[in-house]
Amino acid sequence: MSESTIAPQHAQPPSAPPQRGDLNDRLIATDVWTDQMLAEAGIPIIDVPFVTFGGGIGSFVTVDYLRICGVPTSAMRVLTPLKTPWESYEYLTTVSQIPRTERLRSDSASTPDNIWGFPSYALREGPKQWWNVFVEPIFKRYYTPKAGHAFTSMEREMYRIRYPEMVVHGQVRMVRRRAGGGYFTVLTPPEGAASTRRIAYRSQWVHVAVGYPGLKFLPDLQRYRQEHNDFAKVVNAYEPHEHVYERLHKRPGTVLIRGGGIVASRVLQRLIDDRDQRGLQTQIVHLFRTYVDKAHGPGIFKRRRGADGWAYQGFNYPKSVWGGQLKQQVRKTHGEERARLYKEMGGTNTPLRNDWLEQLDRGRREGWYRVVIGQIDTMRPVGDLVEVAVSSDQGPQLGTFDFVIDCTGLEADIREHRVLADLLDHSGAGRNPVGRLDVGTNFELLGTQNGGKIYASGSATLGGPFPGVDTFFGLQIAAQEIADDLIKQGFAQKLGPGRSTSQWWKWVRNKQI
Amino acid sequence: MLPTLNGRIQTRIFLLVVVGGLWTLIITPILPTGVGIGASYGATFSVILVTTVLGVLWELLYHGLQQFRWEKDWPTLFGFLTGINEGLLVWFLFAGGAVFWHDGIPGPAFVIHFVTTWIIVFLVANGPMRVPFVHWRINGGRLV
Repeated sequence: MSESTIAPQHAQPPSAPPQRGDLNDRLIATDVWTDQMLAEAGIPIIDVPFVTFGGGIGSFVTVDYLRICGVPTSAMRVLTPLKTPWESYEYLTTVSQIPRTERLRSDSASTPDNIWGFPSYALREGPKQWWNVFVEPIFKRYYTPKAGHAFTSMEREMYRIRYPEMVVHGQVRMVRRRAGGGYFTVLTPPEGAASTRRIAYRSQWVHVAVGYPGLKFLPDLQRYRQEHNDFAKVVNAYEPHEHVYERLHKRPGTVLIRGGGIVASRVLQRLIDDRDQRGLQTQIVHLFRTYVDKAHGPGIFKRRRGADGWAYQGFNYPKSVWGGQLKQQVRKTHGEERARLYKEMGGTNTPLRNDWLEQLDRGRREGWYRVVIGQIDTMRPVGDLVEVAVSSDQGPQLGTFDFVIDCTGLEADIREHRVLADLLDHSGAGRNPVGRLDVGTNFELLGTQNGGKIYASGSATLGGPFPGVDTFFGLQIAAQEIADDLIKQGFAQKLGPGRSTSQWWKWVRNKQI
Repeated sequence: MLPTLNGRIQTRIFLLVVVGGLWTLIITPILPTGVGIGASYGATFSVILVTTVLGVLWELLYHGLQQFRWEKDWPTLFGFLTGINEGLLVWFLFAGGAVFWHDGIPGPAFVIHFVTTWIIVFLVANGPMRVPFVHWRINGGRLV
């Protein structure tokens, strides 16, 4: 069970010995807490109207929106173990081979540092990129921003909205409803930062933005690790695995890649870049479970491009989920119908990029990149190598590899996250048709109202009435819906054309608000 | 980010009337129309009116074509180039006398007016529109 996102943690582990002001059995077992119960446990209470926790990009864009809508810093707190809002995201992009200098898979106008999406990243980058966005995707591949560009611009916005003043470091343990209205969010501050083990934030609104509940490894990978205690030769691409590239630099080797998504593309690019730049002789075998050889889909109006094993799509969702007809269509659906739509637009895919196509073409031609279609049955270490048995479309096959890089990005069940599990068990939260947190169109966590509201955004809410939740722009869309709902409740000021324009002008001048 | 059919129609009407209208007010006096200022405004605003009304019908066609695209999108370039077919149709209607309330407009004046208006509306729709109307792109281009 994880306490937070899969990012590096700075807060103390939860297993410290009992201290003053800790949770007790009665609190843990009770769904609705009174102020008195916390006082008896010696847990101090801090009042603030709005609390967001997670502290990643989801929290950041929500607070950004609310600050622009005139909410003072004193009315909001961000409870987080992260040093910066992009820390967790940057960790994941870096290990999955998208360092700051490489390009993300995100639209030019998906700008977490700017709620208007104008000027877009491409506009800020220069005339060459203006032309790119003008003719994409017809004559050019989609423009996407560099990871570093996204992080540095978020940093600028972070100081502009005085974000650091709202941050309280620590790990959120749970959210419980309060008798008389509102919620308690229980924070475990870092060791030595407070005189009690826990602090409770009493608020009318809570925003849950904890990111990915955790990574889930395929059963064969888990089994291999458990049986052979080998974490070096069989790795998941979302884990740090630089040692693989370093070892291949020292000695030629053969690598098995599994997966057909963007991470597989990036890992392949890294391997082939290393081949080209460092003169390596790396041999690559690519295992596809589902091999896509042509355009595919349920009908003439729903056909996605594909070739050479890959399903191709510019971004993680068809573009019209962020505002267009798919957004509207999904918003109106419920239950099985919604699950079906998600399934239709889902499926692993990767964007078309010329350098990748060229590299793989060359690999096929020169024989150092080979494709196998099938599934792994077993893996076992043989000396320095891993022996992999595959059920392929050509029958059983056996191969030995220096490394297996699993590029499948499975996400753990939301229950794997301690706070989300607690919300399901004690606060009335439920699951949506695809099993994640059930939110309404305003991103309110359905079933949790208590004289206030709990909102949630990000990956944990996938499967809701808006599909692209786990994307930059998706987080901003959620922020807007949440802000609009809070405006209706009087917490923030309306963002009409006048205020929007004047606030945008402040953004342009980098004027602190 | 991408508009719906309803949003596209609303945006088109709004931008042509407000932005196109303002631009027409500014540019008409210097267009080579060869007639007085009153008749010139009559001509250019007739172009805006006809373009707006026909545009709604064009949108229905574009929407149909979008259905064949997996992303259900309409690339930026298409939004620019459709000015050609739309402009030609408007021109033929004027030249052929189908715009019954008006005598027509000289070719050069029409081209300058239509092309500049189209470019300005296109540029505003692809960025600055989001500044005052921050909900616009999330609501599929709907303004109301």
